[in-house]
Amino acid sequence: MTATLAPSGSSVALDWRRALLWGGICALSLVSVSLIGLPVGMNKRILIEPVLSLGYLFLLWIPLVFGYVATTVVVLEGVEARKSGVADLLAGLTAGLMGGIGLTLLMVGLDTVNIRKPLVNWSPQLFRLLTFERGLEFGIPVWLGICAGLGLVGAVLHQLPAVARRVMSWVLFGVMAVAILEAVIDDLAEGFHLEWLTDALYYKKGGTEGLTVTSAVVLALVLAALPVVTGGRVKAAVDHYRDAPSEDRRRTSLVLFGAIAVACVGLPMILGGIVNELLANVGLFLLLALGLNIVVGLAGLLDLGYVAFFAVGGYTTSVLTSSNSPFFAPEWHFGIALLFVVVMAAVAGLLIGAPVIRMRGDYLAIVTLGFGEIVRLLFLSDWLKPYFGGSQGITKVNPVDIGPFKVQGSDPRSVFYLVLFFCALAIYVSWRLQGSRLGRAWMATREDEQVAEAMGINTVNAKLMAFVVGATMAAFSGAVLAAKVGSVFPKSFEILVSIIILVVVIVGGMGNIAGVMVGSLVLIGILGGPRQPGLLQEFQSYKLLIYGALLVFMMLKRPEGLVPSARRSRELHQDEYLQDAWLGDEAETEGDQGAPS
Amino acid sequence: MTGVMRSRSARRVTGVDRFLTLIRVVMISVIIIGFLAFVAQQIDPDNPFARWRNPGARGLTGDQFKGLLISGLSQGSMYGLIALGYSMVYGVLGFINFAHGEVFMVGAMSGFITSDKLHAAGWWESNFLLSLTVVTLIAIVTSTFTAVITERIAYRPLRNSPRLIPLITSIGVSFFIQNAVMGLLGPATKSYPKLPEWLTTVRSVDLGRVFVWIAGILVVAGLLWYWWRGGSREKDPTADAGELPVSESELPIGEKVGQVAATLGISVPALRWLVSVWIALLLLGFLVPGKVLIFAITGTKITVVTVAAVSMAGLWYLVERTKTGRAMRAVAEDKEIAALMGINVNRIIVVTFAVGGTMAGIGGILWGLLFRSVHHMTGFLPGIKAFTAAVVGGIGNMGGAMAGGLFLGSAESVAPLVLMEPLGIPGVSQLKDAVAFTVLVLVLLFRPAGLFGERLSQEDRA
Amino acid sequence: MSLLEIRGLQVTFGGLDALSSLDFHVNDGEIVSVIGPNGAGKTTFFNAISGMVPPTEGEILFDGESVLGLDPNQITEMGIARTFQNVRLFPNMTVVENLMVSQHCRTSQLFVGALFQTKAFKKEEREIRERAEEILAFFGTRLTGYRLDQPAFALSYANRRRLEIARAMATQPRLLLLDEPVAGMNPMETAELTGLIGRLRDEWGFTIVFIEHDMKVVRDVSDRVVVLDHGVPIAEGSYESVSTDPDVIEAYLGRPLESRKDRR
Ligand SMILES: Nc1ncnc2c1ncn2[C@@H]1O[C@H](COP(=O)(O)OP(=O)(O)O)[C@@H](O)[C@H]1O
Ligand SMILES: [Mg+2]
Repeated sequence: MTATLAPSGSSVALDWRRALLWGGICALSLVSVSLIGLPVGMNKRILIEPVLSLGYLFLLWIPLVFGYVATTVVVLEGVEARKSGVADLLAGLTAGLMGGIGLTLLMVGLDTVNIRKPLVNWSPQLFRLLTFERGLEFGIPVWLGICAGLGLVGAVLHQLPAVARRVMSWVLFGVMAVAILEAVIDDLAEGFHLEWLTDALYYKKGGTEGLTVTSAVVLALVLAALPVVTGGRVKAAVDHYRDAPSEDRRRTSLVLFGAIAVACVGLPMILGGIVNELLANVGLFLLLALGLNIVVGLAGLLDLGYVAFFAVGGYTTSVLTSSNSPFFAPEWHFGIALLFVVVMAAVAGLLIGAPVIRMRGDYLAIVTLGFGEIVRLLFLSDWLKPYFGGSQGITKVNPVDIGPFKVQGSDPRSVFYLVLFFCALAIYVSWRLQGSRLGRAWMATREDEQVAEAMGINTVNAKLMAFVVGATMAAFSGAVLAAKVGSVFPKSFEILVSIIILVVVIVGGMGNIAGVMVGSLVLIGILGGPRQPGLLQEFQSYKLLIYGALLVFMMLKRPEGLVPSARRSRELHQDEYLQDAWLGDEAETEGDQGAPS
Repeated sequence: MTGVMRSRSARRVTGVDRFLTLIRVVMISVIIIGFLAFVAQQIDPDNPFARWRNPGARGLTGDQFKGLLISGLSQGSMYGLIALGYSMVYGVLGFINFAHGEVFMVGAMSGFITSDKLHAAGWWESNFLLSLTVVTLIAIVTSTFTAVITERIAYRPLRNSPRLIPLITSIGVSFFIQNAVMGLLGPATKSYPKLPEWLTTVRSVDLGRVFVWIAGILVVAGLLWYWWRGGSREKDPTADAGELPVSESELPIGEKVGQVAATLGISVPALRWLVSVWIALLLLGFLVPGKVLIFAITGTKITVVTVAAVSMAGLWYLVERTKTGRAMRAVAEDKEIAALMGINVNRIIVVTFAVGGTMAGIGGILWGLLFRSVHHMTGFLPGIKAFTAAVVGGIGNMGGAMAGGLFLGSAESVAPLVLMEPLGIPGVSQLKDAVAFTVLVLVLLFRPAGLFGERLSQEDRA
Repeated sequence: MSLLEIRGLQVTFGGLDALSSLDFHVNDGEIVSVIGPNGAGKTTFFNAISGMVPPTEGEILFDGESVLGLDPNQITEMGIARTFQNVRLFPNMTVVENLMVSQHCRTSQLFVGALFQTKAFKKEEREIRERAEEILAFFGTRLTGYRLDQPAFALSYANRRRLEIARAMATQPRLLLLDEPVAGMNPMETAELTGLIGRLRDEWGFTIVFIEHDMKVVRDVSDRVVVLDHGVPIAEGSYESVSTDPDVIEAYLGRPLESRKDRR
């Protein structure tokens, strides 16, 4: 990618190569997305009745983004930004148009040849979707127009002042969020007896049918008006919070956490079963993610076999509380079983931790992955079938009996409260440990293991403790899973689980509790867990694709996650930090990080 | 001011060390007991020791054992081919390219598509060899392309980040490719078209004779090479001057050996190694009674092993004997210095990925021939096992990768029946994958640098 | 009795003797400097004492107890602390955290204290923070105030070197091993740090062994000088006696090729 630096002021000639390159990628993406089956697979989910479905959305954002990207110019610090002009608009238009051409070729291809044999989505449905069921004559000009238009819009976004851009994206995301979260909002509204609101907002003809055109427009206007009304007060508050001395910030954080806690306890009362089920899943994975956050985020050990501890928790609980455990069925109370869960988790943590603890970071990752697989294969094997039931697993796990309440899968609210309890515990533990002697030892070990050791830290013990703490949290999650589902079987404990939790931690923000919470809410809540559907059930078969893409994207563009911890973002952006500090004349700075040796 | 001193009594062996020793001892004992039980059951299935754990002990016939070994070796040579890609990328960039298994899968997939089309056109049957060549070429191109593209998009921007970051990214790439392929081609398992009769028939091969033949070919090739190199060296005295192996060894004939090695253009240890292999081949060929070395092998397996060996040799030549290979080794040792020496580091890294992709593509086709079935998850386990093979052989070490692959493949195929069944474990074939990972754990427990030692740059060793 | 006693120490790296038959001792309260040309094995010497490389042969006694075979953290716990030639801080931890984490082996709070915020836990936290601030104040105001909460990577080079020393002090050692403490500093900073090394002994009671190339520093603070060359001690004594030793001059300026061969 060449960033041409032209003399400022003058409108620059169009950088054709760049525009065409991005246009080509745009076309390629559109065609691949179509052939992977996203548009057809998600066409049923209507966002704005009758004009926009989730399927179309997956096509529409591509030219928009590429129009934007094609005109992005890298501006170096201190170099005068080049004025953008008509050439940029042209570039955006070209990129979009090429995307349209890509789709045109695809449509023509769909019409003329049949290569459905390898490409399963080379189907009449795709053709009908792309041509709006009106034939090529209609489809081709429309898509050319739409793509070029969106590319142009993307380019125009650059010409607008930053404020306008922010408002636009806020409106766009807001409308989409309201449309996507229909089930939740519906449920909430019902709880607060605000049905009139959702009746006005949504099309509603059986099931989730999306916004109506009018309500979308009104909503957009309202959302656009909001920033004007608040007049940047929100941003000021956030800035204030960020710059506040640590004491104040702590207090604000506590208040925030308190508010969230109250909401967590109160909201499920008025929410319906589906949303509570979602929340219970979110909690289950949040618990896992909090544990992995300690292992990966704090101690820096990339444990890819984390699911093993989840399995250990699930199986321990099942064996001890199920009436159907093949070998040993004491049918204990969940609470007593929990004690054993802790013990077993610690044992498993030590057993898996000890052999890997001295290995290099990346070997550790693969070996733990191997351990995760071994554990699952053992639970699955005929060998241990007399103890753990093989592939059928253990069924009839008794519901958790807490006085007047019973926690069982048929009552997702009760499961949510159980999970909430454990999550609260895990959050507290993570928070306290982070700022303690042990937490500092973890950080030091992550930074430079050799030096940590030379400074008197027993890194082996510190790492083992991270393993054990993480393992315990995962095992609790497994225990709740067993109680929730009422059974355990090896299929729930595939490597996939480890990877998805890793994605949750990374997308949320490694090493940051709030980040992990946001990560699991967004990802598990919307996309769903490995076997648990999320809010967008249509994603089911594309979930992993999106998880994979998201992981790559985050590592490339925002490795510190959505809600980064201050430390981590400093670490990943050392240069910028130093620059800021230098500009603010606060810190001494020096270019050379390395000492002459 | 020195605060309170709490001097603990010196503990030389930590608890963790003790525990590790315990694990080692337990694992080794289990292996030994399993093996003894196996031996006992081979001697006589009614032997009380064999009956002890496994009342149903039957014992393996020699042919069964040979069959296990052969399928293990053929699968292992495939692991080896994939492992080369891991090993090279790790050697050069210092990170585990988790998505390399997917590169292999893409090769196998594109091989399937091509062969399926050729089959539909009738060429697969009428002109098998040509079709296979086309299929292989297309698989290689697709795999190479996939490997290079992932490097460009996902890994290059992360060149200087902490080593776990590209690893995590590659996990994402791996999932993305798996599921994109599933979306594009559907989740169903795909079957390669039927292979011609002559390839699938079981032949009985006398490996003793094969060994003797190989030994003979080695001698002839060596002599020809010696003669040709000797001539060219006289003509151009500066050729390879920098690579002369300077090993004035203690023996009086040492110098002579050195000269021979220099003329052959290999190092003295390599020459010694070659000679010992040669002797071993001859000994095996002549001394082992004929029946033992007669194996019943399908043509496919012969093909797989041969192709793997040839590819390996080609790769060895590329890395050790060409300018590009030398540049690769330089980049592996130190990227910055290599750049200062005028090496285009980016190009070399791309070449590394491309070569790894090529090997994976070949591996993919071999997989297609061997198992005739492929789906979007085909790359996942073989990928991890191949990485295991690379680690077992010592990462960064190419011969080690191949040896590790063979070792892992045969362990995986032999161990369940030889070590586990005699211990009375039912359904041992389910634990095949567990064996592979156990091998990894075992090897790293005993030799953290792999069986044949790592070849890493200074910074990666730390 | 000597605080550190080393007999016949040998360290080998794949055939190369980085150190061989090295005898060495430090008395309580002494300041000893180790000098020698680059590659003489000085850093390796420190690595061996602090347990970061295993010696092939020899005996290392600290306060009469052998430290051989101990992990680096155990050696630190016994009272030997070190700095690194190429500054190795915990770059993303703050200045004060760097010092707090280095008191790890002098503190004991684990889960219970942190989770229930016990009195003992709070007391310990307060104490290590106070000690950290006390140690940092030793270096003037450079590392105090707002700098306490700055990440270590944001410090200037000289301050990073100071923080390294402070971190070693925080482990509450009896013996301090400083690897080229003034390398890369300007003359003014060097002069200041030279003074501080003296005060480290006088005010804090540390025994100090330091590696240095700057002869002025060596002359000003060391009670005794040990010269290493090719892993072998070639001279020992006061600065004056060592600086006129012909062997030492030879080691620094080189000697005729034949005689070098004889020695090996
Ligand atoms: N980890 C190591 N592996 C191999 N050789 C080493 C290692 N550490 C030091 N050496 C070698 O030991 C010798 C002494 O090095 P060092 O102790 O760093 O010297 P200096 O006196 O300059 O501090 C050098 O030749 C160096 O290359
Ligand atoms: Mg040194």
